[in-house]
Amino acid sequence: MAWYVARRVLQLIPVFLGATLLIYSLVFLLPGDPIQALGGERGLSPAVADQLRAHYNLDKPFIVQYLLYLKGLFSFDLGVSFSGREVSDIIAQAFPTTLELAVMALIIEAVLGIGVGLIAGLRKGGIFDATFLVVSLLVIAVPIFVIGFVAQFVFGVKLGWFPTTVGSDVSVYTLMLPALVLGSVSFAYVMRLTRTTVAENLSADYVRTATAKGLGRRRVINVHVLRNSLIPVVTFLGVDLGALMGGAIVTEGIFNVPGIGNALYHAIKAQDSPSVVSIVTVLVIVFLLANLLVDLLYAVLDPRIRYA
Amino acid sequence: MPENIPTGVSAAERTVRPTQMHFFAQEDQPIALASVDAPKEDVPPTSLWKDAWNQVKVRPLFWVSAALILLVVLVAAFPQLFTSVDPRQCDLVDNYGPPSDGHPFGFTRQGCDIYSRVIYGARASVVVGLVTTIGVVVLGAIIGGIAGFYGRWVDSVLSRIGDIFFAIPLLLAAIVVMSVLSDDRNVWTVSGVLIIFGWPQIARITRGAVLTVRSSEFVTASEALGLSRPGILARHIMPNSIAPIIVIATVSLGTFIVAEATLSYLGIGLPPTTVSWGGDISLAQSAIRTNAQVLFYPAGALGLTVLSFMMMGDVVRDALDPKARKR
Repeated sequence: MAWYVARRVLQLIPVFLGATLLIYSLVFLLPGDPIQALGGERGLSPAVADQLRAHYNLDKPFIVQYLLYLKGLFSFDLGVSFSGREVSDIIAQAFPTTLELAVMALIIEAVLGIGVGLIAGLRKGGIFDATFLVVSLLVIAVPIFVIGFVAQFVFGVKLGWFPTTVGSDVSVYTLMLPALVLGSVSFAYVMRLTRTTVAENLSADYVRTATAKGLGRRRVINVHVLRNSLIPVVTFLGVDLGALMGGAIVTEGIFNVPGIGNALYHAIKAQDSPSVVSIVTVLVIVFLLANLLVDLLYAVLDPRIRYA
Repeated sequence: MPENIPTGVSAAERTVRPTQMHFFAQEDQPIALASVDAPKEDVPPTSLWKDAWNQVKVRPLFWVSAALILLVVLVAAFPQLFTSVDPRQCDLVDNYGPPSDGHPFGFTRQGCDIYSRVIYGARASVVVGLVTTIGVVVLGAIIGGIAGFYGRWVDSVLSRIGDIFFAIPLLLAAIVVMSVLSDDRNVWTVSGVLIIFGWPQIARITRGAVLTVRSSEFVTASEALGLSRPGILARHIMPNSIAPIIVIATVSLGTFIVAEATLSYLGIGLPPTTVSWGGDISLAQSAIRTNAQVLFYPAGALGLTVLSFMMMGDVVRDALDPKARKR
């Protein structure tokens, strides 16, 4: 196990370097002069532009710029947004809220998705199965921002069950609606995945053996079918965190949740590309670490992975 | 216990303990092996594609989604066949106007005809979806095919590069690039960004499929017959690995359309001058409480389009992947 952890952590390093280099080069090698953009419509005088260029290390060779950027990343110096705030400050303030929202969404999608998927998979072809297949297709097909508006309108405005926007009042109750919306798409994927694997595992040899040796149906399903069906679902939940962060930008924007997604949403709207890049880089790092965690969890769940 | 089931001796000569259950074939009643193993001669042999076609053509879901996809593609290609109203011809007098003769869905805030905008908006979504999917499949199949076929260091290098692109979530990557590309936001740059960050998935699937096919006998035979390696890759391996690629590509088409709409919704996808569903939904956001129809029609069109590609993906998966078939 220690060997597996070490190997997996070592594998992360080139991916991390590659991913940050990729983001950095895409942003800074693309056409367009960030310094001129900073000046706005009127343009800067050459002297001021040169001075700014030196200040932001833009006069140095590309690879030096990248290394300086990495150095900044490791010392939590993520630069300053257009509005003059430290980006690391923005992230530190917004991160706990986003984490809470993401964890709630993850719990909702995992519990509901696995529960519904299990029942649907056990009764494949039944009415319950058919209903939720249609529901999941609809949820996947309708973009998350439309689901967000509709949920906000129906549950927030019409029925008044939840507050329409979160604002500064962050609690489990106020975050419930955004979390439901955020988790809805992944709920559909988790449900479909669970349903397929459960239906598949029901006809597996070890399930027949378990039934043949006289175990009750409940035990067969809980211990043999469900455990084995959860392995691909856990993998999916890890990869899904990326989609969750993308969805968080939209959901937090709609419900005005003071999280990282909202910060990113406003940075995008304000065309503040330096902040956009910094925030996304942090999100990518979180994504990589979360996937590392999922891989380790996966190895704990399934010995075949560890020894492969 | 092997000594209990001797062959070539008659039943009477066998020494079997009386309490033990035993089974053996009766020599005087030979099993008609021919009837067990004989191929069904009245059914002609089918290829994977013929078999898949036989599977899908009886499923209503296939025909429904095929009809919807055909309709959407037709609307995208020839919008003027479906409406004679210009989607950019807006009159503020018609602000949130109700449906009227010739304007079945009513009007937007700017007084544009919603029906016409829904019709003309199809093109952006369909073009981004198709261009991205084709690009992703071509790039992914080439890279994945080379990685799987040549193996060793080529595989290691290409797979690690794929890992790097895969490590960045599609939407986040697209947001970074599009927010920097403020002057060049159009259908082609949006598709380009989605292609650049979307190919590793197809490459992984292709690599896996190629690895499976590569070790089969007919590839060894072609090698023995002297076909060159690129020749084997193009003639034998790719055609035999294409089924899983098609399945993933059909499903991804829907996700790419959603990604484009999300980017346009955030204001960094297609420019406001391009009529698109994502952009219209974004504009409709403020009107949901008073004039829900402004949101409903573009969102419905978008949902229906994505839904039809997703359903098609499901049908194609069932047909091409015998393991996923309903038993």
